[in-house]
Amino acid sequence: MFRNLGELVLLFAATLRALPRVWQERRKVAEQLFDIGNASLFMACLLSLFIGGVLSLQVGPVLVERGLGSALGGLVALSMCKELAPVMMSVLIAGRIGSAMAAELGSMRVYQEIDALRTLNLNPIYFLVLPRVVAISIALPCLVIFSNLVGWLGGALVALHNDRIAVSWTAFFTDLQQQVEFGDIANGLIKSFVFAVTIGVVSCHQGLATIGGPRGIGRSVTKAVVNSFVLILIMDYVLTRLLLPFDNGWAI
Amino acid sequence: MPATATTTGIPVSIRGLRKSFGGEPVLQGLDLDVKAGEIFALMGPSGSGKSVFLRHLIGLETPDAGEIRVGGELISAEGIGDRIRMAMVFQSGGLLNSLTVAENVGLYLSEHRLKSPAEIERIVLEKLAVVELGPEDAAKYPAELSGGMKKRVAIARALVIEPQLILFDEPTSELDPLVALTIGREILNLNASIGATTLLVTHDRDLAFGIADRIGFLLEGEIVALGTPEEIRVHPHPLLQRFLKAEFR
Repeated sequence: MFRNLGELVLLFAATLRALPRVWQERRKVAEQLFDIGNASLFMACLLSLFIGGVLSLQVGPVLVERGLGSALGGLVALSMCKELAPVMMSVLIAGRIGSAMAAELGSMRVYQEIDALRTLNLNPIYFLVLPRVVAISIALPCLVIFSNLVGWLGGALVALHNDRIAVSWTAFFTDLQQQVEFGDIANGLIKSFVFAVTIGVVSCHQGLATIGGPRGIGRSVTKAVVNSFVLILIMDYVLTRLLLPFDNGWAI
Repeated sequence: MPATATTTGIPVSIRGLRKSFGGEPVLQGLDLDVKAGEIFALMGPSGSGKSVFLRHLIGLETPDAGEIRVGGELISAEGIGDRIRMAMVFQSGGLLNSLTVAENVGLYLSEHRLKSPAEIERIVLEKLAVVELGPEDAAKYPAELSGGMKKRVAIARALVIEPQLILFDEPTSELDPLVALTIGREILNLNASIGATTLLVTHDRDLAFGIADRIGFLLEGEIVALGTPEEIRVHPHPLLQRFLKAEFR
C-alpha cells in the first residue's frame, strides 16, 4: 500500500514537472476532452436530474410540514453544488473514464506499446499521462457546473409537480438565488478539480503498473476504480474541513 | 557475412551483466562484444533470458550489476537517446493500436517535431515501400494487419529513426516460413543499406544461420557458445547440439 502511494506521489510530481509541455500536447488534450465529454455528458445529465429530484423528494415534504417549503430551493442548491455534484460526478468519471484510462494504458503496457514509445525516445508521461490528467481536470469541473444546473432543475421540477411539496418555480429559484453564493459554487469546483487530478493520476498509475496479461488489465481497472472511490471520499472530508473557513462568498 | 563498408553502426559492449526477478537469476554475469555493423544472433531455449537481455540493451530494464556500453557510452547515461539512435522491433510489433500505420511509422518524427507534416508523409511512404508495403496500407489500423505486416510496419517505424543499433526480438515468431524468409531478407537488406549494428534474439535456427555474422547461444543466463555460424554448427556443447539437431523424426 505504501509503495503504491509512493509511486502515485512520484507520478503526480512527474506530471506536474511535465506541465510546461501542455501546450505542445494540446491536440491530445483536446482529443481526451472530446472523449470524456462524449462518454459522460448524457450520463451526467441523467444522474444530476435524478439526484436533484430525489433530494427535493426527500426533504421537501419535511420542510413543507414545518412551514419551511420556501427554503427548499436553497437547500437543494447548496447540497448539489457543495457536495453532491462534485462527489457524484467524480464517482461517475472514475467509473466511466478512469476505468477506461486504466484499461487503455494497461493494454498498452501488456502489448509492449509503452516499451515501444520508450524506444522511440518518447516519454510516456508526456505522451500518455499529461494529456489525460489535464483533460480530466478541465472536464470534471465543467461537468460539475453542468450537473449543478441540471440538478437544480430536477429539484425544482419535483418541488413543483409533487403534491406533497408543491413549491412554485418562482419560490424555489428565489430562495436558491438568496442562499447560494459564488463561494459555494467555487467550493464544489475546487473539490472537483482535486478529485479529477486524483482520478487521472490513480488511473494512469494503475494502467502503467499493469503486469500479467489480460487478467492484469482487469485487476488494474478494478484497482483504479476502487482506489479512486476511496481517495475521493477521504479527500471529500478533508477538503470540506479545509474549505469551511472560506464559506462566505459573494451572493449571485 | 561481412559487415558492410558503409557502416553507420556502433559497437556494443556488455560486461558482467546480471539480472534477477524475485530472487530468480535470469542473467548471470554475461559478457559480450558486438562489432559495429555486425549482425549478431542470440539463440537459446525459452526462458534462457534472451528477451530480458535485449531489453537491457535499449534501457528498458536496469541491470542488478554490470555495464552496457553502446557506441562507447553507458546505456544509463542521461540523454543517450538524443545522441545515439537506437530502435527495437518487438515480438508483437509494439504498434500503437490507436494510431494508423502511417501515424505509427511517422510517430518519432511527428512527436519530436523533426520534419514538416508533408515531409513526414513522404518519408513514411518511402519507409513503407522499403518493407514492401504500399500507400493503401498507410491508412489501416494495426488491428487490420496480419502478423507479418505488423512486423514489417514495426521495421519501417524503426527505419525512420535511421538507427545505428537495431534490435529484433523474435522477428520471425508466429510467421509462416515464406513470410519469415521475407523478414529475414529485409533484415539483411537493411543491414547492407544502412549498416546499423543488428542484434536479434531468436529460436529460429534457419534465420540465425542464414543471416548472422556471429551467433551466441544463451543458456541459463550465460553465453555458453559464441562464434561464426560455421563454428557454432560444430561446437561441442551438448545442449547446443541437441538444440540445433532437434527434429520430429
